[in-house]
Amino acid sequence: MCLAVPALLVELNGEEGLADLHGNRLPVNTQLVPGARPGDWLLIHAGFAIGRLDEEEARETFAVLAELQAAQRAAAPEQADSARQEAPP
Amino acid sequence: MNPPEHDVRKSLERLAAATKGGRELAFMEVCGTHTTAAFRCGLPSVLPRHVKLISGPGCPVCVTAQQDIDLLVEAAGRQGVTLCTYGDMIRVPGRRGSLQEARGRGARVHVVYSAMDAVALAQAHVDRQVVFAAVGFETTAPATAAAVQAARRRGLTNFTVLNSHKRIVPAMQALLERGAKMKDGLGIDGFVCPGHVSVIIGARAYLPLARDYAAPCVISGFEPWQMISALARLAELAQSGRAEVINEYPEVVSPDGNRAAQKLLDEVFQPAETRWRGLGLIAQSAWVLRPAWREFDAQVRFGLTPPEDCEPKACLCGKVISGLALPTDCSLFGRSCTPLQPVGPCMVSSEGTCAAWFKYSWRQAPHRPLPILAGASP
Repeated sequence: MCLAVPALLVELNGEEGLADLHGNRLPVNTQLVPGARPGDWLLIHAGFAIGRLDEEEARETFAVLAELQAAQRAAAPEQADSARQEAPP
Repeated sequence: MNPPEHDVRKSLERLAAATKGGRELAFMEVCGTHTTAAFRCGLPSVLPRHVKLISGPGCPVCVTAQQDIDLLVEAAGRQGVTLCTYGDMIRVPGRRGSLQEARGRGARVHVVYSAMDAVALAQAHVDRQVVFAAVGFETTAPATAAAVQAARRRGLTNFTVLNSHKRIVPAMQALLERGAKMKDGLGIDGFVCPGHVSVIIGARAYLPLARDYAAPCVISGFEPWQMISALARLAELAQSGRAEVINEYPEVVSPDGNRAAQKLLDEVFQPAETRWRGLGLIAQSAWVLRPAWREFDAQVRFGLTPPEDCEPKACLCGKVISGLALPTDCSLFGRSCTPLQPVGPCMVSSEGTCAAWFKYSWRQAPHRPLPILAGASP
C-alpha cells in the first residue's frame, strides 16, 4: 500500500497540480511538499506528493527501469521457452 | 555514507562475504512493497543459506484487526452511507463477508484512489453520508489528515473517517520486546526499514530501536539491488555487533523526514493503543483523531462499537505477520485459502505474504504440493 512513484510536476494551481508519469497525467495534491514547482520531480502516493526527488536521481531511476524493460523485452522469447520447459506437469 | 552499489551481483558477494562462517541471521522487512519486490525478483532463492529474510507486519491490509474489518462492513450497511475505500481493502473477509460482498447486497462501496476523492464525493452528494476507510501507515495517514481538514474547510457535515491508521515503529519495538521476553519469540537481527514510510517519519525515527534494543536498521529502496545491498549492510552491522541506523535510500529519505506531513499528522491525530492482527494490543501504535476532530470520527457519528475481535478459524495470518510461521505452515494455504477465495488478509492483499508465496514461491514447499496446482496442465 505504501507504494509511491516518481513523476514530473507539470502544472500547479494553488496546491493542486498535474504530474506527468510516463505520459499519463495524474492529479496531485502538493500540500505535503511546500514550495513544489512545475519542473520538480515528486514522489507520489495516493494522490499526494510526499517527497521531492533529486532530478538526477529520478532520471537515473527511470534510466534503470528503461534498461530493465529493454532487457526483459529482448529476453522475452527465451523466457517464454524456459517457462514452458519448467512448468509443472 | 558510501553510495550503495547498483549491482546485484556485487551486493550479493558483499552479503556472502559478510555472513561467511558467521551465525545464522534473520532480518525482517516491514513493508508490503518490500515483500512483493523481494518475491517478484526471486530474492529469497539467492540469499546465502544462513540468511533469512522474514516478512513482518508491513502490509496495512494484513495488520488491520478483524474487528476493524467487521466495523467497515457494518458501516457500509448503514442506511444512507457511501463507504469509500482504497482498493486493497475491498476483498478482505470479515465475519459477515467483505466490503465487496456488502456491495453485492446493495451497500454503496466506492473504491477511491485518494482520500480527497472521498471528500469530493461527499461534496457532490450532500444527501449521502460518506465514510472513508482510513487504513495505512505513516505514508498514507497524512492524506487522511489533509482530507479531514479539507472537509472542515468546506463545511462538510457528511464526511467522516473510520480510522485504523497505524504507526510502524511501535510495532517493530513490540516484536523486539516479545522476541527478547518469550521463549518462542522471534530473534530479529535487524530490520530492512520501509522506504516510503521513512520518507515521512525520517531516518532518525528508528534510532530508539538501535539504541534501546541493539537492532541495526537499514532503510532501503525497492529495487532488487537496493534490497540486497541493505541486507549486506545489515549483515555487516550484525556481525560486527554495531547497532546503527543507515539510510540507503537517501534520494527520498532525509534524517528528519517530511516535516510538513509530520505537522499535519500532529494537528489531526494523536498516538494511542490499538489492536493489530496477530500482534494484539500495542501501546502508542495507532493514529487516532484528536478530540478537536471527533466530529469526523465515523464511530462517534454512527455510534459504532467494535465487535469482539475474532480471527478466522485455523488461519495463521497472525503468526505469518509476526514472522512466527511461514504461509506453507498454514493448513489452509493453497487449499481453502487462495487468491481467488481468500480466508485471511495475507492472501487477499497483493502485498500480503501469503499472496506473494502463492504467486512466486510455491515450489519451495515440494513436500506439500498445492491441490489447486496438482493436475493443472502448463
